[in-house]
Amino acid sequence: MARIEFLGPIGKEPLEVDIKNLKELKEIFSEDKKLQEWLKICAVAINDTMVNSLDVDIKPNDKISLLPPVCGG
Amino acid sequence: MLELYDGPLHVEEIIAKWYQDVKDKNFGAFIPFIGIVRDEKGISGLSFDIYEPILKNWFDEWQERASQEGAMLLMAHSKGDVPNHTSSYISAVLSPQRKVGLRLINDFVEDFKANAPIWKYDLIDGKRVYAKERSTLLNGAGLLHEI
Repeated sequence: MARIEFLGPIGKEPLEVDIKNLKELKEIFSEDKKLQEWLKICAVAINDTMVNSLDVDIKPNDKISLLPPVCGG
Repeated sequence: MLELYDGPLHVEEIIAKWYQDVKDKNFGAFIPFIGIVRDEKGISGLSFDIYEPILKNWFDEWQERASQEGAMLLMAHSKGDVPNHTSSYISAVLSPQRKVGLRLINDFVEDFKANAPIWKYDLIDGKRVYAKERSTLLNGAGLLHEI
């Protein structure tokens, strides 16, 4: 199972999901209308590396992080 | 060197420690930038969440970039609540000469604002309010959105 972490202000508990790639995760999330507002503005990292494509295979034990807009300092 | 602290930064101590650590390393320029929380829009302070693994990777990449110019970067940032008129952020560059250092501190802080995985909240009436309008989308944002 891959673990999904919702970082910063999203305020949602982590999820464990059985998926083979990010397209499947997008499908799962499409049913969560409240989360869609965050997904519009969130970037994605897999095992702490940012990704730009849905064509990424997900292995069991992968960590997927959702990162909302940032503002340090 | 990347340092994270709970609450406001003890600026005098951090700067003094950094100066002691580096003064014998033959850098000609030590250029610090100190961010101070302003009293504005009715806030009592700011608050921060940090995702440390990606922040560390981001910082290490910058350190490598600086080292290619013979320079070195230092950074301290707060986690949690930081009251008005205290500091949440210090960064500094050490470089052989001033010009490289001034350019690097500018580029480093600009990229920090755009890419460091840190989330800012205004403290208003004791509550944390995400500073969404002042925040910057990360590269690749919207990847999992349905449209």
